[in-house]
Amino acid sequence: MSDLPLWRRLQPFVAVLLVAGLIGAPLWLVVVTAGKSQGEAIDPDFSLPSHWQLLGNLRQVWTDADVPAAFLGSMLIVVPTVVLVLVLGSMAAWVLARRTSRPIAVLYAVGISGIILPPAVVTVVLLLRQLGLAGTAIGMICVYLGIYLSTVIFFVTGFVRTIPESLEEAAQIDGAGPVLVFRRIVLPLLRPVLATATILICLYVWNDVFYAFFVVGGRLDTLPLNLFRVASAGLYLNNWNLIFAYVILMSLPLVAVFAVAQRKVISGITGGAVK
Amino acid sequence: MSVDLETPVPVRAARAPGPAPRVIRRRTHPMWFLFPAYAVLVVFFVLPTLFNFVYAFTDWSGFKSAINPVGFDNFTALVSDGTLFRSLRITLLYAVLVAVFQNVFGFGLAVLLERDTVVNRIARTFFLIPVLMSALAVGYVFQALLKPTGWLADTTWTLLVVSLIHAWKWMGLSMLIYLAGLKTVPEDVLEAARIDGASRWRTFWTIRAPLLAPAVTFTVATALLGSMNGFDIVQATTGGGPARTTEILNIFIYRTFGQGLFAQATTMSLVLFLLVALLAFPVIYLLRRRERIL
Repeated sequence: MSDLPLWRRLQPFVAVLLVAGLIGAPLWLVVVTAGKSQGEAIDPDFSLPSHWQLLGNLRQVWTDADVPAAFLGSMLIVVPTVVLVLVLGSMAAWVLARRTSRPIAVLYAVGISGIILPPAVVTVVLLLRQLGLAGTAIGMICVYLGIYLSTVIFFVTGFVRTIPESLEEAAQIDGAGPVLVFRRIVLPLLRPVLATATILICLYVWNDVFYAFFVVGGRLDTLPLNLFRVASAGLYLNNWNLIFAYVILMSLPLVAVFAVAQRKVISGITGGAVK
Repeated sequence: MSVDLETPVPVRAARAPGPAPRVIRRRTHPMWFLFPAYAVLVVFFVLPTLFNFVYAFTDWSGFKSAINPVGFDNFTALVSDGTLFRSLRITLLYAVLVAVFQNVFGFGLAVLLERDTVVNRIARTFFLIPVLMSALAVGYVFQALLKPTGWLADTTWTLLVVSLIHAWKWMGLSMLIYLAGLKTVPEDVLEAARIDGASRWRTFWTIRAPLLAPAVTFTVATALLGSMNGFDIVQATTGGGPARTTEILNIFIYRTFGQGLFAQATTMSLVLFLLVALLAFPVIYLLRRRERIL
C-alpha cells in the first residue's frame, strides 16, 4: 500500500502539509500573539504583529506573574519526586520481578493498579491536613509518589524480567548482599528503563495542575498553577499576548530537555508500551 | 520491618519452580525492598481512596468543623437534581470520543510516516510537541483559536470539539506506539506473504494489523481511562460550559471543592473511582495477559 510509486512521490508533501496545518498553525498563533501588543491580541489571529514586542511581553510576565518563584516551586517538587519515585519504585520492582508466588502476584496487581485508578483528590487533602502536611511541598511530593509509583513499578518490573539473572548470581556467589547487588549490578542495568520513567514522570509532574490545585493551591506556586491563576484572574482575562508569552516561558525547559535527549524521549515514551 | 510478610512458604523439592528455590530467594531478594514503596502507596494512595468510601457518606464541608454521617444523602441529592447521571454520561462520552479520535489519528499518522525518511523523522518530531506541552496551555491555545468560530459555545457539539482537542494533544503518543508496533512485524513474514502473492492491502490487514494488537490494547486503554480522569483541557477551553454540557466529573469535583462542598466533591470522586475501577478490571487483565505472552 505504502509502496505505490505515485504515493511515494506524494507522501512527503502530504506529511509536510499535515505538519503545517495541524501543528504549525497553532504554534504560529502562539508565537505571533505572544509578540503583539495588548490591543492587537484581543482577538488572536494569524496575522503578524505590526510591531514585535515578544521580549517585552516575556519580561512583563516574568515580573508581574512572579515566574521565578513558580519556577522554583516546580523544581522543588519535580526533582525530589522523580528521584524518590525511581529509587523506591525500582527497589520494589526488582523483588516483584524476581520472586514468584501468589502473594507477590497480588502485591504486583495492587502496585500497578494506580496506573489506571484515579487518585482520591479530595480526601487526600483531609489526610494531609491530619498529617500536618497540607499545602507543603513534602505533602505534594508524597501525593505524586503515591500516584506515579505504580507507573514506575509497571515499567521496571517488565524490564527486570528481561535481564538474565546470572549477572546477579555471579555477585551473590562472591558474597554480595541484596543491597550491594541492587546498587552495583541491578541499578546500572536499569538505566534505559529509568530514563524512560524519568521522562514520563517529569512530563506528568511538570505539567500537572489538577492535583497541585487540591494539595498546594494558594499555598505554594508551581508554573502550571501560576498560569492557571494568572489566566483565570481578571488581571489577564483576554490578554492573550501575556498568556501566550507565559506558555512559551513554561514550555522552554521541556523543549530544551527534548532537544538534548530527543532519541531518549522517543524510545522512552514507546519503551513500555510495545515490548 | 516487614518480617510478618515472610511467613515460610512450603517448598516442595519435587516441583521446585523457576531457577532458584524460594528459600534462597528470600535471602537474595528480601521482602523489605518492597516496604518503602508500598508504605507510600498505602498511606498516600490506598488510604485516601478508602476515605472516599467514608466521607462520601458525611456532611463534611468548608463551613463547619464537625463532620457527621448522613447516609446516602449526598447520592440522593446528586441523583435527584440530575447531576450524577449527566456528569457520568458526559464523562463516558468524552472518554470514548477521545479514545476513538486519538487512536484513529495516531494510527493514520503512524502509517503515513512509517518510512524512515528525513521528512518523516522531522514530521514525527513535530507531532510530539503537543504531547510535551502542558495540557492547560493546549487548552488556552485552542480557546484563542476557536473562540471566534463559536465552536466552544454550542451545547451539542462543544463536547466533540473538546474531545478532538484532547485527541490532538495525545495523538503523537499513539503515533509513536503504533510506529513501534509496526516495526515489530518481522521482515521475513512480510517477504513470505509477498512471495505467496498477497496484495499489499491484504498483507497489511491480515499480517501487520493483527500484530499491532498489543499496541491497540495499550493506547485504547490508556486513552479511555486517562481521559475519564481528564481536567486541564476541558477547564482551559470551556470550564465545563456552555450550560455545563462539558462538565466531566473532575470539573464538577474541582468546582464543588472550590465552593467548600467537600462531601459532594468526595461523592463524585468516589463515583469516578468506581466508574474507572469497573472498566479497569478487564483492561488490567488484558494488559497482564499481553505481558505473559510477550
